[in-house]
Amino acid sequence: MSLRRPAKNQPENFEFNSSALEVANTIISKYPKGKQQSAVMALLYIAQKQNDNWIPLAAMKYIGKFLDMPYIKVYEVATFYSMYNLSPVGKYFVQVCTTTPCMIRGAYKLVEACKEKISENESELSNNKNCSWMEVECLGACVNAPMMQINNDYYEDLSKEKTLEILDKILKGETPKPGSYRGRVNNEPENIRKTLMDLKNA
Amino acid sequence: MLKDQDRIFQNLYNDKGSDVVSSQQRGDWVNTKEIIEKGREWIIEEMKTSQLRGRGGAGFPTGLKWSFAPKEVGSRPHYLVINGDESEPGTCKDRDILRFEPHKLVEGCLIASYAVQAHTCYIYIRGEYFIDGQKLQAAIDEAYEKKLIGKNAAGTGWDLDIYIHYGAGAYICGEETALLESIEGKKGQPRLKPPFPALIGLYGCPTIVNNVETIAVVPTILRRGGKWFASLGREKNTGTKIFCISGNVNNPCNVEEEMSIPLKELIEKHAGGVVGGWDNLQAVIPGGSSMPLVPKDKCETLTMDFDSLIAEKSGLGTAGIVVINKDQDIIKCMARIARFYKHESCGQCTPCREGSGWMWRMLERMAKGEASRDEIDMLGDVTNQIAGHTICAFGEGSSWPVQGLLRHFSSEIKKRNKFDPIVKEKKDIPYLVDQHLLDKNA
Repeated sequence: MSLRRPAKNQPENFEFNSSALEVANTIISKYPKGKQQSAVMALLYIAQKQNDNWIPLAAMKYIGKFLDMPYIKVYEVATFYSMYNLSPVGKYFVQVCTTTPCMIRGAYKLVEACKEKISENESELSNNKNCSWMEVECLGACVNAPMMQINNDYYEDLSKEKTLEILDKILKGETPKPGSYRGRVNNEPENIRKTLMDLKNA
Repeated sequence: MLKDQDRIFQNLYNDKGSDVVSSQQRGDWVNTKEIIEKGREWIIEEMKTSQLRGRGGAGFPTGLKWSFAPKEVGSRPHYLVINGDESEPGTCKDRDILRFEPHKLVEGCLIASYAVQAHTCYIYIRGEYFIDGQKLQAAIDEAYEKKLIGKNAAGTGWDLDIYIHYGAGAYICGEETALLESIEGKKGQPRLKPPFPALIGLYGCPTIVNNVETIAVVPTILRRGGKWFASLGREKNTGTKIFCISGNVNNPCNVEEEMSIPLKELIEKHAGGVVGGWDNLQAVIPGGSSMPLVPKDKCETLTMDFDSLIAEKSGLGTAGIVVINKDQDIIKCMARIARFYKHESCGQCTPCREGSGWMWRMLERMAKGEASRDEIDMLGDVTNQIAGHTICAFGEGSSWPVQGLLRHFSSEIKKRNKFDPIVKEKKDIPYLVDQHLLDKNA
C-alpha cells in the first residue's frame, strides 16, 4: 500500500461550477437509479480538474452530499486511488514510470532529468511553480519504454536528452507533442516490421 | 509465421484509422445482425468450439464463462463488464485495441451482451488511458449515431447501452471483483468468492466480466467460425494473441501472432533480437510481471501458450514479455517488481499487505549484498505464507516472481549475500525479518 495524506492547507469551501455540474449530472445518469454512488470516482476527477489538479477535503464533503453518501466513504475512495492528488501539484504534472520494463531501458535517466530541471525531490513544485514530478508504477506503455505521462499525454521512447528538451518546453509553459520521441509509428517494430505490410504500403 | 489474413487486429499499428467507416471496410459490423439472429446457444457453442481462453491472464474458457450466466433473466438485470484496467507491468495490448480497433470491442460488446442477456455494458478503463478512452468514447458515439448500439442495436431487436467507467490508478482493480467494487463507487478491494460474479456481481446482479482483448476477438471468431480459430495454435491453446515484447530487445513492439509460437521466434523475428545478441540473454518474464521468470537455457525451446508455460512453472498471463539481458542486475529487476506489488497491494489481507513489503525490503537488501545467508530461505518462506492465503490472486501474483527468482537465481543471491545472521552474535535479539533495522541500532 502507499501512504497518502491530504494537504495541510485546505480551502474552506468547494462547489462545482456550472459546467462541472452539468457533466456530473450526465455521469450520474449512466448508472442505475439509486446507485449514484458509482459516480464518485468520476466526480472526484471533475473536482480535481476544477481545482487546479488536486482534491481538497471540502470537495470530498461536497461530493458526499451531492451523491447522498457519507463523507468518509468519499474520503476512503479518494485516499485509495493514486490518481487523486490530495495536495497541490504543478499545472504540468509529470509522472515517470520506473517499473521494471521501463527501468531496464533507462527510466532512472528520466528521473535524473526531472531532478535537474524541475525539483530535487518528488512532488515539489518547480521554481516557477508550474511543474512537479513523481515516480509512478507501470503506466501500461511498456513497449514504448522508457516513458512518462504529462497530464493526460504519454511521451514515449525517451532518452535523457529528449526528456530535458520536453521539460524545458513545459517549464516555459508550452505543451510538447505527445507520442514517440524516436519517430516510430505507434507500437510497430521500427524498421523491421514484417506483418500487415499490405496495409502499411497501401 | 501467421498469415496476414489470419490476423484479427488488422489495424494494430493504425495504418488505416479507427473510425467506423474504415472499421467497416475491414469487416467490422458487416453482418452483426445475421450473427445475432443465429441465437445465443449458437453463439456460446461457437465460442466453445473456438476454445478461446480469456486474454486477461487467468485463461478461463470464454464460452464456458458465458454459459454460467442465468438462462432466464429474473428480477435482477444482467450486466456485461469489460476489464480494461490493463496495469500488469509488461502489458500494453488493450491500449492498442482501445485506440486503434475500438469498433471490434464495441461490436464484441453487443454480441457478448446479447449472449449473456445484458442490456447494459460497462467498460472499465484505467484512468491513465484517458486519451485512449476518449478514442473509444468516440467509437461508441459513432456506433450510437449509426444505430449499431442503443435501442434495437444494429437492427437485431436487442437494446444495449455502453458506458465507460474510468479507474484511478489502482492495479488491483484489474481483479474482477475489485473492479466491480470500483464501479460501485467503493475502494477496489476484492470480494470473497463464491458467490461468483456470474450470479452475484455488479449491484448484486448476474455479471459477466471479460478482458478487452477477449471481447474484441469475438466478432471475428463468429464471422470466420470457431473451427477456424481452433485451427490456429494447438489444442486448448488456440487462436491468435497480441504479444507485447518489451525490455532489452532491439525493436520492442506489439505483434499479433499465433498461439504456441516459439519465444525465440517472437524475439528474433519480430522484436529485432536481444540487445547484445541471443547469448546476452539472461532471463525472460513471459506473461507480465506476475509470472515467474524463465532463464535463458529454457528460452531456447519455449513455446508461448498457457499449458506449455505452466509446464515450465510459469504462465502465459497477459503475454507481456519482458526480456532481461545480462547487462541487468536480475535481483534489482525483481526487487523493483516487488516494490510495484508493495505499492499496489490493496491492504485487505494481512499476508499480502505486510508480506509484499517484506519481500521488497529483503530483495532490496539482497541486491545490495546486505542480507544474511539464511534469509534466502526465509524469503522463500514469506512467499509461501502469502501465496494461497489471500482473498484474491494478488497474493500469488506478488510472490510468484520472487519464487521464480529463487528457483533460478539463488546461486547469484548466495554469491552476493554471505553474512551470518546477526542472531548468531546476539542471542537475546528476537529473530526478525527486518533484522537490518537492528543492525543499525546495535
